[in-house]
Amino acid sequence: MPVLSVRDLVVEFPNRRGVARAVDGVSFEIDPGEVLGLVGESGAGKSLTGAAIVGLLPPPGRIAGGAILLDGERIDALPPHRMRAIRGRRIGMIFQDPLTALNPLFTVGQQLIETMRAHLPLSHRQARERAIAWLAEVGIAAPSMRVDAYPNAFSGGMRQRVAIALALCAEPRLVIADEPTTALDVSIQAQIVALLRRLARERGTAILLITHDMGVIAETADRVAVMYAGRIVEIGSTRAVIDSPSHPYADGLMASIPSLDRPVDRLRQIDGAMPRLDAIPAGCAFHPRCPSAFDRCRVERPELRDVGPTRSACWLGQGHG
Amino acid sequence: MVDEPVLRFDAVSFQFDVSGPWLQRVVGREGRRTLRAVDDVSFALPEGTTLSLVGESGCGKSTVARLAVGLYRPDGGAIHFEGQPLDVARAQPALRRQMSMIFQDPIASLNPRWRVRSIIGEPIRLFGLAADASALRRRVDRLLEQVGLSIGDGDRFPHAFSGGQRQRISIARALASEPRLLVCDEPTSALDVSVQAQILNLMRDLQRDLGLTYLFISHNLAVVRHMSDRVGVMYLGRIVEQGPASAIFATPRHPYTRLLLDAVPDPRGLRPSRDPVVGEVPDPVDPPGGCPFHPRCPLATDRCRMEKPAYTAVGAVQVACHAVAEGRGAIA
Repeated sequence: MPVLSVRDLVVEFPNRRGVARAVDGVSFEIDPGEVLGLVGESGAGKSLTGAAIVGLLPPPGRIAGGAILLDGERIDALPPHRMRAIRGRRIGMIFQDPLTALNPLFTVGQQLIETMRAHLPLSHRQARERAIAWLAEVGIAAPSMRVDAYPNAFSGGMRQRVAIALALCAEPRLVIADEPTTALDVSIQAQIVALLRRLARERGTAILLITHDMGVIAETADRVAVMYAGRIVEIGSTRAVIDSPSHPYADGLMASIPSLDRPVDRLRQIDGAMPRLDAIPAGCAFHPRCPSAFDRCRVERPELRDVGPTRSACWLGQGHG
Repeated sequence: MVDEPVLRFDAVSFQFDVSGPWLQRVVGREGRRTLRAVDDVSFALPEGTTLSLVGESGCGKSTVARLAVGLYRPDGGAIHFEGQPLDVARAQPALRRQMSMIFQDPIASLNPRWRVRSIIGEPIRLFGLAADASALRRRVDRLLEQVGLSIGDGDRFPHAFSGGQRQRISIARALASEPRLLVCDEPTSALDVSVQAQILNLMRDLQRDLGLTYLFISHNLAVVRHMSDRVGVMYLGRIVEQGPASAIFATPRHPYTRLLLDAVPDPRGLRPSRDPVVGEVPDPVDPPGGCPFHPRCPLATDRCRMEKPAYTAVGAVQVACHAVAEGRGAIA
């Protein structure tokens, strides 16, 4: 059974002129120990998908349709106090800025101990021992001394390690990592990515990795879903989506990334910009920017379907293209 | 002189005063503390080429950009623009208008109360480059088209544009004074990749059409490789390796350059996975003695801990590394 199952998720933001759909019919599953990458450019709806799963949509956003199941149990319509019990215990969270997860007034040990004791039947002494073990596990040197240090005594990369320990210490089934390496330098990104991946494998934790960085996805995720204007346009194994993307947007996105190993004279560019939420085009939302768009794309919205190694939402190759 | 570089740094140093407030220093018996942001940096930037400075946060690359346009004054060494000392050059409007800067955040660098037309036209008015209002209008129209905006966009305000379009506006404004040198500080770091490709393509087209010279600052090695003729890799205020981009990316010599290149994920890369790098950049207020990279360097010896390395020439590349100079730096 998948750890997380998202079915036809719809997230809406009511505003003066009506309702803007930020996430529109998103479905995916994550198995134990699996890392699913969710990529897309700003405004694609990837972070809101993550926020909807943990019940932390910024107001006035709301889940307007679909279902979210954690270990087969629906969690999308739970009252706030039940959702609070799930966050931390069954779903861990890692954010771009580790300081949002760490309280500057408490030592990292106090925070780890409190988190563990809130969710697991541990004595203070046991929790402290485990806190030290966790700091060692995420690569903090001299953990038995550092456990009593405050967050400001740690560097950016070390804080993110502590934040990972904090997200994982209650042994959640699912971790949602939203741009966990974006604020870090490249040499530290690699360490954090390797750490996340190892912990997921060893503990069978499912990870939803939300990022705009295809490089991080390429070396961390088992599968990847590419979002555009609130919908998944392509989903499949990471290698298939990166090496032979089928959707024209996914293809253009991959080709627009400058490569260190294969430099090109001119980058391929996708002209235009992602539509605003209040002006999403009819039919396929990508059609105004798509080099291969034809009549059907302008009127009828494509759904995800099997196209060889991936699933893609595109009318190309379906009789008319 | 024909071969005079547009911009030239000779052993430039710059430090920030990061001391506590006066009272704290007196009560706490603390001395003054300085952060040597730029340490003995030299390079020459020939006309029509791109030199990129790359490194992690705190390496001093943005400080070099600000020194280059005169926002900071160096504590040591000399900066020449068009063959003249930077102070002298900046005192002359005819030379000063020949350098412009593009910043990372186009939102912060555009006045939200001005229409785009006024923003782009300001340098033209300031330097008196248009004879009358209609000449100014024609010039702004041309700039809008040059950066891929429409003439009608000139009558809108910056908030009506997306991030990529705002960066196009900043580029148009930077080009308005008809510069020869453009200093670009992380110009695409705040943009999505598909938009980044648009802006990088535009910058290369403009360089080809207008013969622009770029000092390009970025932390993104793939972007740097795409844009540069020459590359300088910075670590804790020093350029540790400098040379033609092709040479540096093909055979990186300095252990730090190699570490950086190994650390970069390339989604379609040929390398299966990167080796996690050990350690982090140390506190620049209290940098390690000798070679600043020695605590993280797999090749470090006692000499590296004691003595700051001078530059060794390896072909067209300059490397500041004892291991390379001693022939221990061979690529494994």
